[in-house]
Amino acid sequence: MRFNLSRKRYAMAVDTRKCVGCSACVIACKEENALPLASFRSWIETETRGRFPDLAMEIRSERCEQCTDAACVANCPTGASYYAKGGVVLVDRSLCTGCKACVASCPYGARSIHPDGYADKCTFCLHRVDKGLKPACVAACPTQSLAFGDINDSGSDIAKVLRTRQWKQIDTEAGTKPNLYFLI
Amino acid sequence: MAFTRREFIRIGGIGGAAAVAASGLTTNWWNLQAHEIPDPKTDGDHVVPTFCEMCFWKCGVLAHVRNGRVTKITGNPAHPLSKGRLCPRGEGGVGLLYDPDRLKTPLVRRSKRGAQVFEPVTWSAALDETAGRMDAIRKKYGPEALGLFIHGFGASWFIRLAQAYGTPNISEPAYAQCMGPREGAFGLTYGQGLGSPESIDIENSRCITLIGSHLGENMHNTQVQELATAIGRGAELVVVDPRFSVAASKAKYWLPIKPGTDIALLLAWMNVIVAEKRYDAEYIAKYATGFDELAKHVSDKTPEWAYPITGIEPEVIRDSARFIAGARPASLIHPGRHTTWYGDDTQRLRAVAILSALLGSWGRRGGYILPGSMDLPAYPAKKPEYTPRPAADRENPSLYRLSEDVLTCGMRDAAILRGKASYPIKGWMVYATDLLQSLPAPKETEKAIQDLDFLVTVDVLPSEITGWSDVVLPESTYLERYDNLWAPAYKEPFIAIRQPAVEPMYESKPGWWIARELGVRLGLGDYFGWKNPLELIQWRAKAAGQDIYALLAQGVITGKRQPVSEEEGLALSFDTPSKKIELVSSTIKAAGYDPLPNYTPHAQPPDGMFRLLFGRAAVHTFGRTANNRLLGSVVSENELWINTVAARALAGFEDKPLKSGDLVVLENQDGARSTPIKAKVTERIRGDCVYMIHGWGHRSKGLKFARGRGASDNELVTKFEVDPIMGGTGMNVNFVRLLRAEA
Repeated sequence: MRFNLSRKRYAMAVDTRKCVGCSACVIACKEENALPLASFRSWIETETRGRFPDLAMEIRSERCEQCTDAACVANCPTGASYYAKGGVVLVDRSLCTGCKACVASCPYGARSIHPDGYADKCTFCLHRVDKGLKPACVAACPTQSLAFGDINDSGSDIAKVLRTRQWKQIDTEAGTKPNLYFLI
Repeated sequence: MAFTRREFIRIGGIGGAAAVAASGLTTNWWNLQAHEIPDPKTDGDHVVPTFCEMCFWKCGVLAHVRNGRVTKITGNPAHPLSKGRLCPRGEGGVGLLYDPDRLKTPLVRRSKRGAQVFEPVTWSAALDETAGRMDAIRKKYGPEALGLFIHGFGASWFIRLAQAYGTPNISEPAYAQCMGPREGAFGLTYGQGLGSPESIDIENSRCITLIGSHLGENMHNTQVQELATAIGRGAELVVVDPRFSVAASKAKYWLPIKPGTDIALLLAWMNVIVAEKRYDAEYIAKYATGFDELAKHVSDKTPEWAYPITGIEPEVIRDSARFIAGARPASLIHPGRHTTWYGDDTQRLRAVAILSALLGSWGRRGGYILPGSMDLPAYPAKKPEYTPRPAADRENPSLYRLSEDVLTCGMRDAAILRGKASYPIKGWMVYATDLLQSLPAPKETEKAIQDLDFLVTVDVLPSEITGWSDVVLPESTYLERYDNLWAPAYKEPFIAIRQPAVEPMYESKPGWWIARELGVRLGLGDYFGWKNPLELIQWRAKAAGQDIYALLAQGVITGKRQPVSEEEGLALSFDTPSKKIELVSSTIKAAGYDPLPNYTPHAQPPDGMFRLLFGRAAVHTFGRTANNRLLGSVVSENELWINTVAARALAGFEDKPLKSGDLVVLENQDGARSTPIKAKVTERIRGDCVYMIHGWGHRSKGLKFARGRGASDNELVTKFEVDPIMGGTGMNVNFVRLLRAEA
């Protein structure tokens, strides 16, 4: 059962053709969100297939998939994990006991425990989005590989790019209805 | 229990009305709690526009300052080089500013060189000591006996000091260990080099050919931005690299060439393009000389000839040549930047320049463009009026005749003086370059240092060279200081300012202050003129007709875009002896070198050994950022890339085959051994070479984070091949074997 009936559905698309895996998104996220050195809310995945010299490689900038049926929210015993505006999954630190049920249940490995004891994860930079800004990673990306917005708004960057490009999602067999799209 | 909707909202609002109001969570009224959306509060209470020095690209940045601390660094949208977007290093400048290992006070040596025993002293004591030792060198040997090594934009103040002092021996690894061959080759062919930022038009290219250049891992911000734009517009890549680089993974053609054979491939491409008449005949007829000689020269350099040399199949060479030619003139053969590989590098870059001429891409949209810079007059300080001796960097002027700069290794030889330099250098001033990491054969550098009368280093971090210095002067980072104005040639011309975001930390001082104070002590104050860099900046901005306040407020002023290509109405001219594009170079011929590039075989690794190649990671700049804990959180050491099949066949690893993550030690042909490095067993590299990112294996005790992480490629570069044309040091000529690291 989901409580968020808000019209907005925030999502992000990552253009794997343009992304060079430079980690500008990762560092921008860490700075924007004042994360401790050992904490990350985004990361780079590099997947290589084939044998030399017949090779293919995909580079993906990854973060929380902000699932529509999020295992972390379902498995949170205290109600700390919740759906916020646009379906973004957030953690209310005042309710979080750091039990790690969400960390264990996340199929994407997108959560970690902050040194201060609460579960930490990508917020899609809602504090920026509320001011009309893009998430820090999207704003920072030198290759403009990241698109963000409300997929229910047909005029948004993300709705446009999902209409015009081939895309895929990852680990959909987990059944959590992720909201990260990878343009291929 | 039944709530009306009105009651429900009221109950929800009791605990969190303020949070709801603040976060705008008005549509989420189904949630029972009104949660607060955490704001990390990293926006600055003020934002200072300045420009970056995390690498040499110098993007415009915005430093967010909150309660006196820099919280984050973002791209300046008004700056043409960043367009509001930075690479990770630019963002990671915070990690340099707040590096706990920074040099904090001036230091003076109290033991033998290399032992790293220093006494913290006051600035006046350190400056008096430095000026006194410099004065002693000037009196005893003459001013030429001082050598200045530099890197980066802050060097301008020290160049001024050295020129005023009277030495011609000013040198930077950026020339003979990096861009020199490229600048020379394009100068010989077109009459001008490419400068920095390179005058290339990636974003409008339809085909971009990268030869050994791994753009994407090499984060020249604007170039990577343009590469992504070009890919988005449907441009295709041809990537020539022994390693399946990030760029190679996006390429239409990846040519995993045998290292050291690029000239053969370039000649074969030209053979195909000439034989099949795919070149721009009109352009060549109008602008170039020497085509017939070139055509004859490449007539037997067929793809079949190149195949056994390069390992690239003839059909792939043909197809890729046709593809490259098919996109002309918007077909860019990327000139690269670090081009000192095998000692015949000027000739290889000549081949790139000549091929580019066949494609008609010089002076054309999507190829090589010809930008100008904004007018920015020099500050009217007293000019050095003497004629200095020639530089000490070579034993006689017949060597490296087309060199355009003073050679770093020559200045090193001049400290040792063993017949390779024309006169001795007795003192070194080293500004912001760790010579132990940047010059090949670091044991030679150590030897030279021991022969010096005096070594002073100006740096931000306790890099290895500071440990060898007699005096160490702690400079403020680029986020804490003014520097000179910058107005490079660029397609969107601009003037940029570097200004402090925060006050200098510890006892560090800006470079302008250090250089000027030394100048005053040496009686050279008049050569600076100004007392404060704002005087200089204001004067220059005014002389340029620009508004200093706009510059300070925005960090950058952009000028009117001028035509940069034929398509935009630019008339092409060439500053060569023939006033044409010299496919056959008259200058190089007169100097006694091959007027057209030839392939020369290079030694290949013996059985059981691998050629050592090195490159870059997107989050690091050389060895300069290895101690940056923020960037280190992403890449904290280098790894040794080795091919899967080669790893399986390694001698000495029979009982326990090498796997990724195992520690190995490398031993080169001269017996030099590396510190332990983790293996990365991968399909992404040929079997005859191994690869690591440059700049690790630091030994300086002061670099508490970087020390002991990974291996130094440079310590394995005991051998280098000198480019006879310009003195560049080809460093890809070392072979290593792998040994299991002792547990």
